[in-house]
Amino acid sequence: MSIPFILFFICAAAAVLGAVLLIVAREPIHSALALILVMMSLAVLYLLLGAEFIAAVQVIVYAGAVMVLFVFVIMLLNAGVEVRTNYSKIAKYVGVPLGFFLLLEVAYWMWGSAVGTTVANGAGAVNADAVSTVDLSNLLFRDYLFPFEATSILVLIAIVGALVLAKKGE
Amino acid sequence: MSVVPVSYYLVLSAVLFGLGVVGFVFKRNIITIYMAIELMLNAVNLAFVAFARAHGDLAGLVYVFFVIVVAAAEAAVGLAIVITIAHNRRTLNVEDVNLLKF
Amino acid sequence: MFILNHLWLILALPLVGAGVNGLLGKNWPRSAVNAVGIGSVSLSFLCVLELIREFLQIDTSHAWFQRYFNWMSVGGFNVDFALSVDQLTIVMLLVVTFVSLLVHIYSTGYMAHEGGYYRFFSYLNLFVFFMLTLVLAANLVLMFVGWEGVGLCSYLLIGFWFLKKSAADAGKKAFITTRIGDFGFTIGILLAFWTFHSIDFGTIFADVANRSVESASAIGVLTAICLLLFAGAIGKSAQIPLYVWLPDAMEGPTPVSALIHAATMVTAGVYMVARMHPLFSRAPLAMFVVALVGAVTAFYSATIGVLQTDIKKVLAYSTVSQLGYMFLGCGVGAYAAGIFHLMTHAFFKGLLFLAAGSVIHAMNGEQDMRKMGGLRRKIPITYWTMFLATFAIAGIPGFSGFFSKDEILEAASAGPHANTWLWALGLVGAFLTSFYMFRLVFLTFFGKQRYDEKKVHVHESPGSMTVPLMILAICAVAGGWFAAPHLVGGQDYFESFVHPVFASYQGQGIVTQPESLAAAAGEAAGIEPSPRADLIHALTGPPVIAAVLGLLLAWWFYIHKPDAAKRMVQRMDGLYALIYNKYYIDEIYGALFVRPFLWISTKVLWHFVDEKVIDGTVNGVAHVSREAGGQVRELQSGNARSYATWVVVGAVGFTMLLFGLGYWMVR
Repeated sequence: MSIPFILFFICAAAAVLGAVLLIVAREPIHSALALILVMMSLAVLYLLLGAEFIAAVQVIVYAGAVMVLFVFVIMLLNAGVEVRTNYSKIAKYVGVPLGFFLLLEVAYWMWGSAVGTTVANGAGAVNADAVSTVDLSNLLFRDYLFPFEATSILVLIAIVGALVLAKKGE
Repeated sequence: MSVVPVSYYLVLSAVLFGLGVVGFVFKRNIITIYMAIELMLNAVNLAFVAFARAHGDLAGLVYVFFVIVVAAAEAAVGLAIVITIAHNRRTLNVEDVNLLKF
Repeated sequence: MFILNHLWLILALPLVGAGVNGLLGKNWPRSAVNAVGIGSVSLSFLCVLELIREFLQIDTSHAWFQRYFNWMSVGGFNVDFALSVDQLTIVMLLVVTFVSLLVHIYSTGYMAHEGGYYRFFSYLNLFVFFMLTLVLAANLVLMFVGWEGVGLCSYLLIGFWFLKKSAADAGKKAFITTRIGDFGFTIGILLAFWTFHSIDFGTIFADVANRSVESASAIGVLTAICLLLFAGAIGKSAQIPLYVWLPDAMEGPTPVSALIHAATMVTAGVYMVARMHPLFSRAPLAMFVVALVGAVTAFYSATIGVLQTDIKKVLAYSTVSQLGYMFLGCGVGAYAAGIFHLMTHAFFKGLLFLAAGSVIHAMNGEQDMRKMGGLRRKIPITYWTMFLATFAIAGIPGFSGFFSKDEILEAASAGPHANTWLWALGLVGAFLTSFYMFRLVFLTFFGKQRYDEKKVHVHESPGSMTVPLMILAICAVAGGWFAAPHLVGGQDYFESFVHPVFASYQGQGIVTQPESLAAAAGEAAGIEPSPRADLIHALTGPPVIAAVLGLLLAWWFYIHKPDAAKRMVQRMDGLYALIYNKYYIDEIYGALFVRPFLWISTKVLWHFVDEKVIDGTVNGVAHVSREAGGQVRELQSGNARSYATWVVVGAVGFTMLLFGLGYWMVR
């Protein structure tokens, strides 16, 4: 049992725990906190996979900005305990079991996938073959320049949209 | 040093995705549902990174990057909509937002 | 050999006349319609005369055959439009065209005041066309075409005054009743095709000639064919049990009754039996059935005719009875005698009907004999012609009916297929025939005047009506001498003329009808046949006695002591009611057949099958679609969570499909 393995299992457990808490929690704020836990574990896992930049982005942007936004909205709307209405029988009896089924099914397929138990070039250790940011940015600003620019416009639109929508309510 | 097999990451990704789906169907608060969606996106990110590592191709990381950006934008707009709905209909229960019917 | 090579002309002329009158004649003047109608039939008649002249010049031992085109050819089933002529055909052609011509001329007078004049003549011409097709046909299917066609025209003409419910009903009754027989006829044709692989007369008869006589105790295939074909004849020629349409058919105009229901259409069955004689000769059981049905019908119908009060109904039942005689003749092997009776019957029955029509015309539409009487001085021509015809039908010696009926009864008593019971039935029937016919004449023309002269202005009919009467009277009187067998050393012209037809296709074991029974009997007894002996034999035979007895009894009841009839009726009122109501046969048929069928049609086929099953299925499909749509509609509930669920369902299905496919392909 090497450190990567132990680390992996700890983080995996944390992620799954967070996900379960997300579902089970009765207050939205608890769910938000559980999600942050998940995101943090995932960041560590990214590190384990050698994607440092992505790990950083995950923490800074996702956990740091998006989740903060969620928390703020929850606070704004005074979202309280979730009311247990039961309007949709289909969701209760069909959706949830099927969701679990999907989980199991995809897990099964992933387990038996042909990706292989070892990586071709032996990467996977923490320090071996870490991806350099330079390479990533090369890729981003050269081969994927167009999607990059398009995404920035998308963000712009999102900002404008959010402004407009949020304004109307008042 | 032994290596963590990539398929483990994929399984974890699948589990997280499945839990996200369950949460998406199960929960009644709009914001919580939205968070389940975010969970699904995260699971997909994990899968992307794992594949990127498995094939040694950096393009997977680029996709993850874009996914995070788009998720952020989506969160912004989506939550704005949620706020609007909450102000108009005075409820955060998705089952009360049922005008889209026959 | 013009006509022999163009036989189709005989058919085409009436058809053209029917078409022209029917399509164009609506607004034409009466004279134009007459010209077309009478002209086409008279031309056809002239063609027939010319045909006879030509036919006598060629070899007459076999039929003359003309094939025009192939009508249908399906697998092995081959039907040509082919016509053939032999002596039997010629006799029928003569009868049909001659009587039709006279009836057409008569109709110009009788129908002069009726509406739909052009329609009447169009239908009459059409009928002549179909009847000629039936007679000239050289195969079973073409004959059936004519058979059905005359049935159609009969329906059209019986229901000529279709706005009158009883007339329309009578037309329907005729058509439906004959249809039942035609069904048997069709199956007979099919069975014949199955047996002989052809429906041509020539081919069938040649094949049959090699077959032996079938047993009389089992139903072989020939017997079956004959019985089925005879079923058609029972319908068309109004024998028991399908005769019920003929009395009702009197709703039609009297010329129609004369032509169709006396002279021609109803004789189609007799013609068919005579035509198929090679088959019948080899099927003794079928022959016996034919003779039995004929004899029983002859007797039964005569009993009904005795008490009828409508002048046309008496003649209708008389027709049924006389047709029974014709079948009796054919059934005992005397085909020539049967056909001869057909010919004489056409003359005197046609005459009787036309004269009855003249009486009705004179009486301004009155048909009940109880309201007539003493007409003989007022309408003399009608009276004399009808009187002569009555002598003919009664079988008084010297008149045509005597010769034909006498021959039949002799064949029934002493011929090769003789049967004493049938002969006895025929004899009693002859007595009754004489009785009721003279009753008719005495009630109508003699005695006290039982009508109001001021209301009914009795007048003689116009020339267009009386001239045909006179012509037919001459034929009715003199026509018998064609077959004066053994009198005055006479030659049986008729028998010898048609002999080649009935002598052909004779095989082993077939017993032929000798030309002169008395002569044969005399030879067998070793006595030299002499004309004088034959004459005495003929004049003192039982049929003559029966005829004279009938005449005397009628005279007694209706001239000498008119009240005797009434008193007898009062004493036997139960029997009287039974016979007067024609043995309640229509009521029995109604209860046994008509009402159950109507019930089935209404309750089962209409309400159940049509409404519940068929409509139910169609409507049910629509209903199910609607319900299913309604259910599916509920999916769109507005509840986002259920939408989400469906998304998940789709995702699960899709991933399963994807991975499953991948797995299966890798394997």
